[in-house]
Amino acid sequence: MKLRYLEVSVGLFVLLGIAALFYLAIQVSNIAEYRDRDTYEVIAYFDHIGGLKVRAPVTVSGVRIGRVSRIAYDPERFQARVTLAIQSGTDFLPADTQASIFTAGLLGEQYIALEPGGDFESLAQGDEILFTQSALVLENMIGRVLTNFSSD
Amino acid sequence: MIEFLANLGRSGLHWLSVLGRASMFLFRVLRAQDAVVRRYRLTLAELYSVGVRSLLIIAVSGLFVGMVLGYQGYITLVKFGAAEALGGAVALSLVRELGPVVTALLFAGRAGSALTAEIGLMKTTEQLSAMEMMAVDPYRRVFAPRFFAGFLSMPLLAAIFSAVGVMGGYIVGVGLLGVDSGSYFSQMQAVTDWREDVVSGVIKSIVFGFVVTWIAIFQGFDAEPTSEGISRATTQTVVISALAVLGLDFILTGLMFT
Amino acid sequence: MNDERVADTPHVVVEDLVFRRGRKVIFDGLSLTVPRGRVTTVMGPSGTGKTTLLRLIGGQLRPDSGRIWVDGEEVARLSTRRLYALRKRMGMLFQTGALLTDMNVFENVAFPLREHTDLPEELIRNLVLMKLEAVGLRAARDLSPAQLSGGMARRVALARAIALDPDMILYDEPFAGLDPITMGQIVTLIQRTNRTLGLTSVLVTHDVVEAMDISDQVVLIAEGRVMDAGTVEHVRAGASAWSEQFLGGRPDGPVPFHYPGDSYRDDLMRGRESGND
Repeated sequence: MKLRYLEVSVGLFVLLGIAALFYLAIQVSNIAEYRDRDTYEVIAYFDHIGGLKVRAPVTVSGVRIGRVSRIAYDPERFQARVTLAIQSGTDFLPADTQASIFTAGLLGEQYIALEPGGDFESLAQGDEILFTQSALVLENMIGRVLTNFSSD
Repeated sequence: MIEFLANLGRSGLHWLSVLGRASMFLFRVLRAQDAVVRRYRLTLAELYSVGVRSLLIIAVSGLFVGMVLGYQGYITLVKFGAAEALGGAVALSLVRELGPVVTALLFAGRAGSALTAEIGLMKTTEQLSAMEMMAVDPYRRVFAPRFFAGFLSMPLLAAIFSAVGVMGGYIVGVGLLGVDSGSYFSQMQAVTDWREDVVSGVIKSIVFGFVVTWIAIFQGFDAEPTSEGISRATTQTVVISALAVLGLDFILTGLMFT
Repeated sequence: MNDERVADTPHVVVEDLVFRRGRKVIFDGLSLTVPRGRVTTVMGPSGTGKTTLLRLIGGQLRPDSGRIWVDGEEVARLSTRRLYALRKRMGMLFQTGALLTDMNVFENVAFPLREHTDLPEELIRNLVLMKLEAVGLRAARDLSPAQLSGGMARRVALARAIALDPDMILYDEPFAGLDPITMGQIVTLIQRTNRTLGLTSVLVTHDVVEAMDISDQVVLIAEGRVMDAGTVEHVRAGASAWSEQFLGGRPDGPVPFHYPGDSYRDDLMRGRESGND
């Protein structure tokens, strides 16, 4: 009897702990992204990426379809080389798709928005997005506005 | 000045010899781990007294910590008009830091001190010695199952703490303060990374479980066999464990969250 | 080895034993033999390391030099496995009983059987009840160690020590702190266990009267050496001034009443000198 109680309560404890881990994985974290390993990678070069970080969302029309998997500096092109991991379900992005870095909300993080073009060919693994728009840097904008005012 | 240096040197040597003995002890305990499977009933009993009996305090503390996080997080975030980010703030602080660290501190106070007192008493009343004379290895019979139980319980307890805390944050944030339920969880999922945050938190709690249980069992084993000796060892377990957990937390955070 | 030769060889031989604790020398060239099947009592003043001697025999401590043989095996050189095998043939009764506090009386006596044998539950039950009956505590089997008096705890510990039917039992201060009735019970028990089971018994004690009654051989130790050894009659006859003082319980003699130091007079004078400064 006593052993039975021990076995059952310890079993419940371990189950509860594992359930909590599952809860943290599925409800709290983004394990769903790890689960669909099926992604293909495309590359985009930006003059300036602003505050973009690895794992930032990649969206089309505001719908999340992937994430930034790598950010590096390309010393030959003097540009930032950003690798986007896109879910293989979304394999119909035209080759002339444009990638822009936007900011979500006032304090929010930066993300990449894709705007599909009109090409018949689609982007595939390893392709480069040719049309990119860099992040807006607040200081540059202010500077430009000021020069405009002074030249007037 | 010379006196001060001499004292410093003496206590340095003292702690060095304690560390040496503790390492020898750990080595022997680890070598006896086959007993954990072979004597699974003992392990079961220890899992009960170390894990199951810590469950209530861990769950209740997790709930309250989560609720406070929900409240404080809301007050701060609402100033920036970012109350939707509450879920992320609550989850990240729990999974990365508060879950593993607070669980380890509570565990040291609840289970660690009990382990030290129990083993210290067994030593004082010559029970360990008697086992040896009955040709029963205390490392296999007493230390190995307790060590394993502490080591296994800690990550489970920390996960329960974090999960309950997330729910506590939900109760306050969504239930009382009116944050949108959907954005609470979607924000959470957007900022909490499985590998970088959750798995790193679990690794932390595994390390804490190892260290706190080691300290607790060794303090009992090394206690002076008197009642003052046991009480001193019990206090030391809590103090040293707390310092070790906080210090290691700093190091692990630096290593894992770059 | 045939049985007769085994019966002739001493059970325990201690030769030229030296043991130190830190700088303090506990044993300094101690030699003694314990004959098989007899009761040997090691007596000496408190703090002479009598318990330490038992731990050395049981292999829990290692001598700094000198050798100890038990059953023809040199204890300090045995591998852990051989040492444990030897200990199964050796019971030890601790001063406090050292019962496992998380088990009741029955489980305490069953402990060595469960640890070392795969006997079916029913047989274990019978064996345990038999051992408990031998010490008169069969009815106390469900009590927890905390509910036992000192004497009862020691009797349970004795039942546990004989659970595996050992060849030898080491008793550490079996009479310390007992009332006369309990003491009598323990004395009888030791005697009876020794006779009926044909065990070698080694007692360590400073209770002269009780020990003398049941011993076949007495070894007096002090200052890390054997002061006197032999049959009860031999020792009682007063082989040396030291044993006379010890057995007679005289406050002063070869063992001085005063802790060694400079003379009282010098000490007092010094106080006066420093007072003048």
